[in-house]
Amino acid sequence: MLGTILFAIALLCLSAFASALLTRFDRASLAIGTAGSVIACLTGLGAALLALVLREESAFRGTWSLPLGEPHVALDGLSAFFLVCVFGVSGLAAVYGSGYLPAFGGRRRLGPAVALFNLLVASMAGLVIARDGVLFLIAWELMTFASFFLVTFESEREEVRRAGMTYLVASQLGVIFLFILFVLLGRSAGSYDFDRFAAAGGLADTCFLLAVVGFGTKAGFWPLHIWLPDAHPAEPSHVSAVMSGVMIKLGIYGLLRTLTFLSAPAPWWSTVLLVVGASSGLVGIVHALAQRDLKRRLAYSSIENMGLIALGLGLGLLGQSHGNALVSFFGYSGALLHVLNHGLMKGLLFHGAGSVIHGTGSRSVESLGGLYRRMPTTASGFLVGAVAICGLPPLNGFASEWLIYVGAFHGAASLPMAGAVPALVAIPVLALVGGLAAACFVGAFGAVFLGEPRGEAASHAHEAGLAMRSAMLLGALLCIGIGLHPAGALRLVIPAVALVGRMPGLSLDASLPLLAVSRLAFVLALVVAALALLRWALLRRREVTQGATWGCGYSAPSPRMQYTASSFAQPLLAPFAAITQVRVTENGPSGYFPAEARYEEQIGDVAGERLLIPGTRRVVRALSRLRVIQQGRVQLYIVYIVATLVALLIFELTGAGR
Amino acid sequence: MAEDFGCHMVLLLVAPPLLLGVIQKTKAWFAGRSGPPLLQAYFDLAKLLRKGAVYSRTTTWLFRAGPIVSLAAALSAGLILPLAGANAPLGFSGDAILFVYLFGLGRFFTMAAALDTGSSFEGMGASREAAFSAFAEPALLLSLAILCVPARSVSLGDALAALPSAPAGFSHPAYLAAALGLFAVLLAENSRIPVDDPSTHLELTMIHEVMVLDHGGPDLAFVLYGSAIKLFVLGALLVHVALPPPPHGGFAGAGMLLGGELGLAVAVGCVESMMARLRLPRVPQFLVGASVLAGIGLATLLYRGAP
Repeated sequence: MLGTILFAIALLCLSAFASALLTRFDRASLAIGTAGSVIACLTGLGAALLALVLREESAFRGTWSLPLGEPHVALDGLSAFFLVCVFGVSGLAAVYGSGYLPAFGGRRRLGPAVALFNLLVASMAGLVIARDGVLFLIAWELMTFASFFLVTFESEREEVRRAGMTYLVASQLGVIFLFILFVLLGRSAGSYDFDRFAAAGGLADTCFLLAVVGFGTKAGFWPLHIWLPDAHPAEPSHVSAVMSGVMIKLGIYGLLRTLTFLSAPAPWWSTVLLVVGASSGLVGIVHALAQRDLKRRLAYSSIENMGLIALGLGLGLLGQSHGNALVSFFGYSGALLHVLNHGLMKGLLFHGAGSVIHGTGSRSVESLGGLYRRMPTTASGFLVGAVAICGLPPLNGFASEWLIYVGAFHGAASLPMAGAVPALVAIPVLALVGGLAAACFVGAFGAVFLGEPRGEAASHAHEAGLAMRSAMLLGALLCIGIGLHPAGALRLVIPAVALVGRMPGLSLDASLPLLAVSRLAFVLALVVAALALLRWALLRRREVTQGATWGCGYSAPSPRMQYTASSFAQPLLAPFAAITQVRVTENGPSGYFPAEARYEEQIGDVAGERLLIPGTRRVVRALSRLRVIQQGRVQLYIVYIVATLVALLIFELTGAGR
Repeated sequence: MAEDFGCHMVLLLVAPPLLLGVIQKTKAWFAGRSGPPLLQAYFDLAKLLRKGAVYSRTTTWLFRAGPIVSLAAALSAGLILPLAGANAPLGFSGDAILFVYLFGLGRFFTMAAALDTGSSFEGMGASREAAFSAFAEPALLLSLAILCVPARSVSLGDALAALPSAPAGFSHPAYLAAALGLFAVLLAENSRIPVDDPSTHLELTMIHEVMVLDHGGPDLAFVLYGSAIKLFVLGALLVHVALPPPPHGGFAGAGMLLGGELGLAVAVGCVESMMARLRLPRVPQFLVGASVLAGIGLATLLYRGAP
């Protein structure tokens, strides 16, 4: 299986190389790149699924030597599960991209975008199977750079360049923590091979915190998420689907992989993750509600979902640290299943948003409307994604949220006081986040797809092409399929849960409780079908007429009077104004004959404006004192070099280094 | 077993509209009117089911799906809640969460159907519904947690079976908190005073009613029936907490449940007659208050130990 995965990675790299070479021929490079990534994703997906089903584990060590050890790759339950996510979501995105990218033709060369996309997928797959620190960090940085260039694809736009810079700086700041983490682990093990990594006591605590910050920056945990809401709207939509669907999940993968090196978790670790999860979940979804840019809304909702995953992981750790396998199982499996589910549904939603942008040229939720009639496939796909991401039955989002909830309920009931309280806190957080998510996605879906078009862009919309539609259709079917039979998807997660939760005896039968969920999903579908049939039978012979929407007595309504997504979210946002940092400049109508009126609202980000930007500014100011030594004169720099060399010489000669 | 299931289905399918009649009668009694007949809701349903339909040209299939999905979700929720002491037909371990989320599903489609009309009034109603239900959800789940924690199970059946047999509200303060929290959620979720006024006549002030303005005929019948079932199911949960059913149900259990539900309907009628509706910005405070109350109940449960 590992060989097949390596073949898929090689194929991705080769097709990336080929499409980079063919940059001058847009269509050829797009065709080669897409074909390469689709074939690679299908073979990789097949191999990863087979490895999960057969529970096969394999490893491979290179015979050549890198400076810091030999390259080591391996496949185990955790890797295979994340490979399923990487190849599954990326395969769909590649198909979608083949229909989405040509719209940029003429303005930009498509070759680099295709090549970088394949390189991104290859680096993600490589990251997941890497088993030594050096290879891991190489793949990690490759992933960051490939995605950076994809974020800045439309580099002629100012905000895109800014988003790219923010992303790069945030990623590199995050990776510093990972370097420290691996150096610490490597020093204590004497090798960078993952198999020898082990840490206990104070070292384990330090490593855990470093991993939460370092990997959390990529995962978009609040308040380290600051790059995410800028990056996702900037990049092409199929790239958003991959970055939001799987790339940020690799932060979760890194955290989980690190946990396998560490000794049994201390109770406070779970508290850290629960706090991170609760704050990311709540703040993320409140921000999402406030956004007018459709893709920005989806980006903030990713932060919310990463929060839910962190809550699940926190419950897993909580159970583990109290020796309660049941809580631990539900927490970890909910979190991991949500990784897959969120990848699928966020991919679907970003694809839907991409089709809207493609079909209307607008991404503002406020100026669209009535797109259901004009783009039915896109709208249906988006609807499935929206219901799923709200965690509503019978779709896949419900299954993973259900597992996390059950973990929290069991934790509250069976853990001692110190564990029960954190588990209990997760319950209202999950509930409130769920309610806010429903408001966020009903509002967005309603404003974009329902009602009447609010402007030219929406009334001249056209449906997406075949490739884009089929990617969305397949994504929607997967969401529905996992929703109706979540036990099947849970089987993919169980080997990883056994590994992370250190429950070697965990068998696939642990997926059985979810069968009851699918039973109810089928009953629900049956009742819906029966009622639809009843309605059809009742109305069959009767008069069914069409009319105008009841205007409550007002006879000249215009589409602009419809409720917008902002007005929809207003009652919910009012209590959370401190988080969204709403700034209103208002010049209301006054006098008997008001001449003009203005209302302007700007939405900020509390973490960015109150925490990160002032903090960075302070650091820059403190460091600016060091500018004294940067005079720009070559002579001075030579003096520095000589002084350093002399200092090193003295250091060596006096034997202080030994 | 079969007769338990039959009893469950008869209760679930037949009894709900009666509650609406009792609430109306109570309000009429307070106002000194004679009011509509007790069975008025049944007459309304029968009449609506016989009618044709008019659809707005703006709408899509979602508008037609809204009433169907919300009724189906309420019915499914009724199938996982044990009624009158017998086991729920489809109960399973973990159904408490599904119970809450099924109502969420119904609400999602009701709101989508409202937005489908393109009417700003219906959008306004949907927006308020979304806001208030988001605040009601934590209260509902915390109240369910109070029931589930002592039972060490996430199943509604186990949770209700583990209730002490005396009126639970008096046996432990946590149950009192759960009952009050559930009552607040019941009022909010079923668009009753003090959150929403079902008998208001101005679209601007409505919440639930305005969302279904454009529905007519069988669709409106589904909406009415669905909301009656929702009231009945949430009410049944509350009644069970206040008056735990006999362990083997049967007709005694069914009678107790019906009696409790009718009492609850009278209580809702009394609240509606004696209180004014809260100002809209106050409603979240009311619901957050319910959550806090349930949270305090949980805290007492953890500190004093389960009964």
